[in-house]
Amino acid sequence: MGIWKRIKRGGLWERIASLLISDTDKDIYEELEETLIQADVGVSATLDIIDELKNQQSEKNLKGTDLLTAFREILLGILPVATIHFKDNALNILLIVGVNGSGKTTTAAKLGFYFKQQNYSPLLVAADTYRAAGIEQLSLWAQKLQLPVIAPEAGADPGAVAFDGREAALARENNILIVDTAGRLHTQKNLMEELRKVKKVLSKDEHNLHTILVLDAISGQNGLEQGRIFHKYLNVDGLIMTKLDGTARGGILFAIARELKIPVFMAGLGEKPEDLKPFNSQLFVDSLLEFSEKTT
Amino acid sequence: MIFNKLSEKLQAAFQKLKSKGKLTEKDVKMVLKEVKIALLEADVNFKVVKEFVSKIEEKATGEEILKSLTPGQQVIKIVHEELTHLMGKEKSELIQGREFTTIMLVGLQGSGKTTTTAKLAHHLKGSGHHPFMVAADIYRPAAIDQLKKLGEKIDVPVFSLGTNTSPLNICRAGQKAAVKEGKNLLLLDTAGRLHIDAEMMAELLEIKEVLQPDEVLLIADAMTGQDAVNLAQKFNDDLGITGVILTKLEGDARGGAALSIRAVTGAPIKFVGVGEKVNELEPFHPERLASRILGMGDVMTLIEKAESSYDKEQALALEKKIREDSFSLEDFLEQLKQVRSMGSFEELISMVPGMNKKALGNIKVDEKQLDRIEAIINSMTKEERINPDIIDGSRRQRVARGSGTSPQEVNRLMKQYRETRKLFKSFRKGKMPFFPGNIPVR
Repeated sequence: MGIWKRIKRGGLWERIASLLISDTDKDIYEELEETLIQADVGVSATLDIIDELKNQQSEKNLKGTDLLTAFREILLGILPVATIHFKDNALNILLIVGVNGSGKTTTAAKLGFYFKQQNYSPLLVAADTYRAAGIEQLSLWAQKLQLPVIAPEAGADPGAVAFDGREAALARENNILIVDTAGRLHTQKNLMEELRKVKKVLSKDEHNLHTILVLDAISGQNGLEQGRIFHKYLNVDGLIMTKLDGTARGGILFAIARELKIPVFMAGLGEKPEDLKPFNSQLFVDSLLEFSEKTT
Repeated sequence: MIFNKLSEKLQAAFQKLKSKGKLTEKDVKMVLKEVKIALLEADVNFKVVKEFVSKIEEKATGEEILKSLTPGQQVIKIVHEELTHLMGKEKSELIQGREFTTIMLVGLQGSGKTTTTAKLAHHLKGSGHHPFMVAADIYRPAAIDQLKKLGEKIDVPVFSLGTNTSPLNICRAGQKAAVKEGKNLLLLDTAGRLHIDAEMMAELLEIKEVLQPDEVLLIADAMTGQDAVNLAQKFNDDLGITGVILTKLEGDARGGAALSIRAVTGAPIKFVGVGEKVNELEPFHPERLASRILGMGDVMTLIEKAESSYDKEQALALEKKIREDSFSLEDFLEQLKQVRSMGSFEELISMVPGMNKKALGNIKVDEKQLDRIEAIINSMTKEERINPDIIDGSRRQRVARGSGTSPQEVNRLMKQYRETRKLFKSFRKGKMPFFPGNIPVR
């Protein structure tokens, strides 16, 4: 499991595992409900999950590890399995979006590093021309990780920057283009429209374009609203959950996945470049539940 | 603000309470269940919610409340008051009036420290403050650049020593430089860090011990979920925070994290960030955030207005009439006057939960229309007012002439009156609108 073990610090989810296999007669569901709520899963997703588990328990008379396994399956069932496919012989574009402070710029750089490791030829584009030193931040990352970067003037039009980036990638024959955009709250309509324009500029010529929403693991219920609105404007193809190495477990992922069916693309499990890993829902859920250890 | 389904549910529950003459403990429990859900959806920590709700339950099921004339309103009032209380009663100022003030900003990555540092400097500039910012974030690429650019924008000097020396050295040298330049307000922008990163937390503690800041402010994102308690607890245990600034509140996050942070640290919320521009920092108003977390409009003002202008004896008399189905046009007029004495109708409606300007839409209340209704009723004989059914064609003509209106308008009023009566009948079955009397809107 390796790096995924970082997720389980804190003990919230492990409580569930011990609770489910405890085989007691007391009402485990109330405690399960409390735990899921405290993990940011949200009230309605929590109630659904619990109903489902209750149904299965009474139908199949589940107990102990069987009950835990059923719970694990329910969680896994919520997370969509589809993921993003990249073409080797074409330009794949990743448009990185999200609210302020979710970790877009850092993630864009780490993604570049990841793809370089995978023998792709990535190019970074600093289209966050709004935040003071947003461009410099990505440029410094690029320098550190030895990645090429398109760094425009501050205040340049993000659509134009994205367009130039695409042209540059085509000219240099890069096969991955990572476009970092300025953070914006989903409630800012004109900024959301601006993103839509950036996407439109990039989607010419049927390139393999993917819109990636970056979400902080510490997000509460507003994360679902972020998901809804970014998805409404941009048709989000995948999520990246950052900062999973803290004490927050990103339970909002279940609420988002359940409603919007957006797959999780990658997970940020630490501050180092190599700590951004492809998301693996089994490892994720198992880490949450300390599944393997509790059952063997 | 967005009113989601949950707060609608909450409001529906409140609405039910409002209509009740008497409350049972079961009624209170039902509403508190909705309050609980609303708080959880607003990201208030589960444990904080649990404690809060049991406290309310204790207060709300007391003899006095259940017997009071407006028990539903009393429960809402308690919820709101307790929430405001929990949030810190009054707005809390920064430490001021010292010869030299040092403020240290700390928090997780991405919470908004650098932006807030500049906002705070901008806010405190003038009124005797001469701010000086120190760029002590040596870890995030271009963090120093970012603060410098913001400093230029607000014309506040920024001190930096690059990234090859320790944050402690930078802060120490920054303090000296500030004194030398005759500045009296030092703002330390530190790097974002995870609260469980022992090494990084130790670094902050060292800075705190050496610099002895007057304020250690925790910068927290309004969108933070349940984990807010953990991070706040740890930052407070390690550093002893003196206050909190809640950022990104211009979005639609309900900001329940503020309540959690306040509950576990006891530190007051001092400012809220409400936009990306440097001037978008506001003093914190506990009441406003309480309403926001509950997803309600300015309920308290509404309740207070209603309480002050609504005579209890009159209310009892009205209740009796409704019960006896003897509600006349005279009572209708009385009701109209009552409601109008509370303020303009539009103003009142805007304070009803769920009735923001958007929800109000194109419903326009014509105050002149209300004047005309008064005139029409005043033109009737006492007999006509008590028993409106006797108003026939010729009486209608006379009333219209007397009030300077038309027979059609008189007719319209009669229709409204009959509808109000019908409404009151349903009220007897337990469905009462918030306001006594049916005010014509168009």
